[in-house]
Amino acid sequence: MAEITRPPIRGGFDFSRWAIVPAITITVCFFIVPLVIMLLVSFWQRIGGKLEATWTLANYEKFFSRSYLVDALFNSIEVALVATIVSVLLAYPLAHILAYRVPQRWQRFALILAVLPFWTSYVVRSYSWLLVLSDNGIINVALQSIGIIDQPLSMSYNRGATVLGFVHFFTMLLTLTIYANLVQISPSYRRAAADLGASNLQVFLRITLPLSVPGIAVGAFIAFVITIGDFITPQILGGNTELLIPQAIMLQVARAANFPMASVMSMTLMAVVTITYLAFAKYLKMDRG
Amino acid sequence: MTNLSVRSSISRRSFLGTMGGVAAASALGPRLSWAADELNILVWCDHADPKLLQPFEQAHNVRVNVKTYEGTGTALSIIEQSQPGDWDVFVIDAPDVPQVAKQGLLASLNKDDYPWDDLFEQIRNAPYNSVEGKLYSVPEKFGYYGIAYNDSKVDGTDMSSNDVMWNPKYKGRMAVYDYYFPVIQMIAISLGMKPSDVNVQNLEEKIRPKLLELKPQVSLIGDIVGVQNALVSGNVDMIVAGAEFAVSVLTTEKPELQWTIAENGGLIWTQGLAIFEDSNKKDLANEFVKWVISPEGQGLLATSDCYWAMPTNSNAALNDAQKQILRWDEQPGFLAKSHLSFLPQPELDSAMLELWMEFVQS
Repeated sequence: MAEITRPPIRGGFDFSRWAIVPAITITVCFFIVPLVIMLLVSFWQRIGGKLEATWTLANYEKFFSRSYLVDALFNSIEVALVATIVSVLLAYPLAHILAYRVPQRWQRFALILAVLPFWTSYVVRSYSWLLVLSDNGIINVALQSIGIIDQPLSMSYNRGATVLGFVHFFTMLLTLTIYANLVQISPSYRRAAADLGASNLQVFLRITLPLSVPGIAVGAFIAFVITIGDFITPQILGGNTELLIPQAIMLQVARAANFPMASVMSMTLMAVVTITYLAFAKYLKMDRG
Repeated sequence: MTNLSVRSSISRRSFLGTMGGVAAASALGPRLSWAADELNILVWCDHADPKLLQPFEQAHNVRVNVKTYEGTGTALSIIEQSQPGDWDVFVIDAPDVPQVAKQGLLASLNKDDYPWDDLFEQIRNAPYNSVEGKLYSVPEKFGYYGIAYNDSKVDGTDMSSNDVMWNPKYKGRMAVYDYYFPVIQMIAISLGMKPSDVNVQNLEEKIRPKLLELKPQVSLIGDIVGVQNALVSGNVDMIVAGAEFAVSVLTTEKPELQWTIAENGGLIWTQGLAIFEDSNKKDLANEFVKWVISPEGQGLLATSDCYWAMPTNSNAALNDAQKQILRWDEQPGFLAKSHLSFLPQPELDSAMLELWMEFVQS
């Protein structure tokens, strides 16, 4: 087989080598540098209403010695995990139907429907759910009018409402990532398995599901990262009735201007996200090579 | 797309003609010219109301640039990220004035520039307007932290005591305004203490158990919009640490929304107008302060679209209906039995915030 050689670069300018510069510049300026600043500030202290540039682990010690802050960290992880898992469980069948059952000419329309929730603001979407779940909301009024319940069910201002708000959003996001992965799987794999006598369930479990793991991983990772750092949905739908780390960060910044403590909390969240990334890393790719 | 097509249809000739017209209008009438100056104000949302700003802008041929915030911590972070001179006027939670003034951020003011004697006595004499004899803030608006409630859902007589917070009759029917400072002081008052008696020790020993006892009663801890929304939508029947600022703006449409302060004492909140030490437009900033504190400015500020509350100027231009909503005639009684918020030291403030986070998580 003849060796494929790259054509010579005219004038010695390799565009592909320089095309990455804007992305690297943006990442360094707006991610790496702020992260380093946040890390440095986490060692500072707020003393007598003023920021002192000290080098101490006192803020970290304080964070991990307060049981309610550690509980808040676990609350955040739990909420993010539950929202992500439920979203995956709902999104996978939807993506599977879209990829394999819906005729190709309807798939584009179905995908537009899937991204509709992204067209509305996060705040508006949360308040809309509040109208549905509230004591005088659609569900309670309907159940009361047909005589199933006498008193309204308490469906808002709790963790369930928070998870519901997240699931509504991320089910659609995950549907897109899983769908994108499913349509890349060559139909010949499934046909070959069927020819060799595999049942539909075996084809799914042995061929489709393993090959679609990257799509699940990408969507789940994005969902987890956004959920664990979200402030709006727990505030509006959860009623702030349990402490999550983003709420604690907001209290430190808005009420006390205590940036060192807020930085400690943010770095702790970053650590959780990094660990999650490492756990997902081998699956975080969209190709199947 | 519409704007784009309109823009592309403007020819160079018509553009130059229009600009010539604008230039001529500028020369002929100062009112039509571009604003000669700008004033940058860092304020609460009630100062963003155009009906408050426009008369000042027209009178001084100036444009007022507004940045709103909620929470002194947020304001301080904005200031820390700004250049000296970026901001001219600051509206601030009055008890935070000494802390900010000691950082050298505020200019001292001259009492004689304002109708000082027309301001309600208890408010103008509050200790936090001045530091070491120098005035740094002119109190412009005040109100109370009490109980806001839906009169058609609760027994109004229950609302006359802060003990209603622990009344099992209202379990799961109350929202709490998400600000530790007033809620902790309200609990102190209900325990028979003055707000100024609160210290790190009794915060732990006396107030903490009562605050944690409140949690099972509560279905929502939220910002002003959040607790207002819960009351209006019927998810809760009362707001702890709510009062006129939470419901007065809605009273015309929903007269069942009422507020009160406890017989054993309400808690007064005050916001003040200050001028930044680094402002390059201190004279213009002072004119703005004078406008807001004038009877006309006070009437407009008190009835701002964002939230209503009492003006500090007793001559504020308000009509009878507005005064009724603000419960003007009851103010002497309210003021007599209410307490001013105290000045927390950083150590106590930090302890209060920690207790609040424990309360939210409990």
